[in-house]
Amino acid sequence: MIELKNVSKTFSTPSGSVEAVRDVSLRIRAGEIFGIIGLSGAGKSTLVQCMNLLQRPDTGTVTIDGCELTAVSLRELREKRRGIGMIFQHFNLMASRTVLQNVMFPLRGSGLTRQQQRDRASELLQLVGLPDKADAYPSQLSGGQKQRVAIARALAPNPRVLLCDEATSALDPQTTRSILQLLRDLGRRLGLTIVIITHEMAVVKEICGRVAVMQNGRIVEQGDVYAVFSHPREDVTRELVGAATHLQQISELVQAGSSAVTPGPGQLLLRLTYSADNVSEALISTVSRRFGVDLSIVFGNIELVQGAPVGGLVILAGGERVQLEQAVRYLIDKNVGVEVVLDGKSFAKAGA
Amino acid sequence: MENLLQRLAPNVMAKLPELAESCGQTLVMLLISGLISFIFGLIFGVLLTVTRRGGILQNLPVFTVLDKAINVFRSIPFIILLFALIPLTRAFVGTAIGTRGAILPLIFGTVPFFSRQIESALCELPDGLVRAAQSMGVGPLGIIVRVYLRECIPGIVRAATITFVSLVGLTAMAGAVGGGGLGDFAIRYGYQRSQMDVTYASVLILLLLVSVIQALGGIIIKKTTH
Repeated sequence: MIELKNVSKTFSTPSGSVEAVRDVSLRIRAGEIFGIIGLSGAGKSTLVQCMNLLQRPDTGTVTIDGCELTAVSLRELREKRRGIGMIFQHFNLMASRTVLQNVMFPLRGSGLTRQQQRDRASELLQLVGLPDKADAYPSQLSGGQKQRVAIARALAPNPRVLLCDEATSALDPQTTRSILQLLRDLGRRLGLTIVIITHEMAVVKEICGRVAVMQNGRIVEQGDVYAVFSHPREDVTRELVGAATHLQQISELVQAGSSAVTPGPGQLLLRLTYSADNVSEALISTVSRRFGVDLSIVFGNIELVQGAPVGGLVILAGGERVQLEQAVRYLIDKNVGVEVVLDGKSFAKAGA
Repeated sequence: MENLLQRLAPNVMAKLPELAESCGQTLVMLLISGLISFIFGLIFGVLLTVTRRGGILQNLPVFTVLDKAINVFRSIPFIILLFALIPLTRAFVGTAIGTRGAILPLIFGTVPFFSRQIESALCELPDGLVRAAQSMGVGPLGIIVRVYLRECIPGIVRAATITFVSLVGLTAMAGAVGGGGLGDFAIRYGYQRSQMDVTYASVLILLLLVSVIQALGGIIIKKTTH
């Protein structure tokens, strides 16, 4: 549906040139919800703007729905853009127009009569759940409502593709969820191909099927959301997963010398990372019984990604050193990622 | 009542017809040069906005020429512009004196100022709106009319109000070169013959005029801001 081949885009600024997108090739299938995730400055916004040529790539080709956009005339490109809806972080609604007029905006020149445009816009407002706001002005709406209007506007010309450029980044978590749900519903109902740009794993795991991770203008990793997030290969992916599951916080606590994470003499502070095949087993109690060690959970977070768990626990393990080592080995055998964050033995020595 | 006015402003009462004529001339200058300046200012303001670097019709030669020309004309004091433009006025209007002769210099004095005001009004438009319109396949002309001009109506009206008020000041100055109008009236009688009541009457009428312009602008801005 969307195919990028060797797309690069460089911006020249007074302080030198910035390679925002470097040699990106990507294939997004019809009807899927595809996520592009990365930290800010990774080039993901530029990449999505290359898809409808709001940014014209310096090199490479962009093909959408069989039409090579990078090869057509400006006039034709404008025509094609009607088939590619886009929503933005800051909604970009026209303040001087009512909600209904905003949704009608892209319908001018579409061959519909004024009344047909109005009917189509009302229909869309119904679809996004705001039928009673037709005559309100954008300034009277909440952020979530504004994004709903923006979605209605983007969908008015019946596009086959919807590009979402950080569409939920200005919204609170609850509103984000409701907007994502709406996108998923609409995507399914209208057979849309949706591309979602975000810096939040929560957004990707909520609705995307596949994801690409961007860093420094390149796509460093891509695949099924679950595969990418449960077995991250790149540091940046790990970082994004860590930020979402908060397991990284433990390192901060350790650095701060928090008593909650300081192992007593002979204890180990362990970080266990789970994946789908072992999370359902009663590992903690099994280990505790089998090896006679005391395990106390300091911190835990399991995220569900596409219905499968990703995440882990931070535990304090105490007992005989030999038993502890056997327990750790057992966990590793069970495919659990084990990392010794702090060792109470060395800690006690250092203290003594 | 008439007695009271007679006593307060004897000189004004003695030339009421002439006062009325002067008011008419001021209004004519204001309306004609105001309307023409509005149109040209709008065109130049839009051109400045869309041809600048990163604009939707980026064209640096056009932008630079326009930008510099506006600076040049803005830096010429109006009183000098009035007689510096005499040859041009003669060529265009046929005469360089009277109300008709004042209109061209008024336009030259107003358009650059108004263009800048429009430019800064259009500048207020968030980039995102232009981007959104582009993503919907709207062409440059559509973006200018349906996004820039339409969305910036309050800012444009504010600019027009300020410009019209300052234009009132310029029309008074045009009187100095025989342009007629209230300024001329005040200079000839109020200043040159020391008839202070004429000066005050002129000021009062100009004040009224400015208030009306300001109030009208205010109403439109309020109606168009959401």
